[in-house]
Amino acid sequence: MTDTNQPVVQLHGIDKVFGRGDQPPTVALEGIDLDIRMGEFVSLIGPSGCGKSTLLRIIGDLIAPTRGTVVVNGKPADQARRDRDYGMVFQAPVLFEWRTVEDNVKLPLEIQGASAAKRTARAKEMLELVELGDFLGHYPWQLSGGMQQRVAIARALAFEPAILLMDEPFGALDEMTRERMNSEVLRIWERTGTTVVFVTHSIPEAVFLSSRVVVMSARPGRITKVIDVDLPRPRNEDTRETRRYFELVTEVREALRRRKDDLAGLGSVDRTMAEGAVG
Amino acid sequence: MSATAGSVAGQGSARSSPGPVGRRQPRWLRNVRYYLPAVIVFVGGLVLWEMLVGLANIQAFIFPKPSAILAALQANWGEGRFALAPSAQATLIEALGGLAIGTAAGVVVAFATARWVSARAALLPLAVAANAIPIIAFAPLMNNWFGVLNPLSKMMMAAILVFFPVMANVTRGLVQVEPAALELMRSYAATEWTVLRKVRVPNALPFFFTALRLGATLSLIGAIVGEYFGGSSLVLGRIIVQSASALRFDITWAAIVLGAVTGIVFYLVIVIVERAVMPWHGSLRSGEL
Repeated sequence: MTDTNQPVVQLHGIDKVFGRGDQPPTVALEGIDLDIRMGEFVSLIGPSGCGKSTLLRIIGDLIAPTRGTVVVNGKPADQARRDRDYGMVFQAPVLFEWRTVEDNVKLPLEIQGASAAKRTARAKEMLELVELGDFLGHYPWQLSGGMQQRVAIARALAFEPAILLMDEPFGALDEMTRERMNSEVLRIWERTGTTVVFVTHSIPEAVFLSSRVVVMSARPGRITKVIDVDLPRPRNEDTRETRRYFELVTEVREALRRRKDDLAGLGSVDRTMAEGAVG
Repeated sequence: MSATAGSVAGQGSARSSPGPVGRRQPRWLRNVRYYLPAVIVFVGGLVLWEMLVGLANIQAFIFPKPSAILAALQANWGEGRFALAPSAQATLIEALGGLAIGTAAGVVVAFATARWVSARAALLPLAVAANAIPIIAFAPLMNNWFGVLNPLSKMMMAAILVFFPVMANVTRGLVQVEPAALELMRSYAATEWTVLRKVRVPNALPFFFTALRLGATLSLIGAIVGEYFGGSSLVLGRIIVQSASALRFDITWAAIVLGAVTGIVFYLVIVIVERAVMPWHGSLRSGEL
């Protein structure tokens, strides 16, 4: 963490093959190389089935890659996980309904073994960061979907993780809530300086948030393009209306589409060959 | 863990106390309105029963009037050959004991099956098979093993009935945890023991109480069925059998009513405990019993 030049995440030659029993194996990821620098906000975007969530889980050591190495903070991913370098946010808030908002945020600190005083202080601080300081004693069901997801973010940040992994965190929210949450996440990211890896299938979301957008293709999941997002910061609602923003959205969209065209071309070649074989 | 339809708070953080909607009328009034139809049907049914038996001139030994049952209840409350109150108490103790034994065994087996797949493979088929055996088949055996006069023989009957729903429900509660919740715990590098304490056990609590509600009723059935096959004369099951053979059907009915009331009170006590233990649980939001 001290060396700012060293990447926080180094992925090298990652393959992931899912195979279950007698079924033919599925290649979820193939030849993934990616470095993520400290303080970066990197989005993984691609069609469903491109393995972006799988890649996120490999970074977080929730699943192991079939081949390749994952180095986080200069150590293997499982060591990083045991050192509690990760904060995770999923598409569902995954709040425990038997815990109040405050106790949900305290959970990782309890597991870490932090003192009661530290837990209370930290939970309060994090909930104030996500602007839920008035909801400490509420139960999750009393909050709207967007608020629940903010609690999840507060919880993920509770033990000051070196890296925040977010798996389509706003995928279940409506468009307006989502845009508000995007601004919220940027504000939090700017204040905490945490490195963020963010999985999404929303192009505008990826462009608005990221310092880099990693475009992936499906079956096998590969990185097809990495786009630097040079929009000035701090970004706000006006950013969404600048020309550069639209250019970048278009660039990401084309990167996603080009891959699809390639596949379509491939399909027709296959068909010709098949017809030739029949004839 | 989910955004429910009951979510009411606005997106902004300005609102400081998002209380549940529907607070338009005071709580007691809502309760009255909720229970009133049931009370009316119940009381109306009693009145109708009383009148029909009188009008149709049905013999008391076939179908006694509610008033006659009430009279029998009063006359045989505390003493005599058919003393109802001590009998109900004795039966309740058997049921409680059975509930405790069956629940304890069910929970222990549930933890074992949830923890070890091999235990699940070994125990679950046996438990399902045992559950399929008609409970009455066990009664003479239990009387033989633990003694006809020993309340333990009736407790074991109740325990056998209670065991299966407790085991099945608690196992499900321990195992059916949201996969994302387990991923979250893994990202915290939580031990299996921590996951059990912080996720699986709280997750299983609602399942446990569902089983306990079932168990409250089942344990009373088990105890009374056990009593049919012999036992101390001052228990509800014996009173039902003895009064019926003495053609005192008013007392039989009184014993049945007392058994029903005991069962209902038993059930309500568990509901109250459930609310105290799980104030967060969803079923309490809708006010259902």
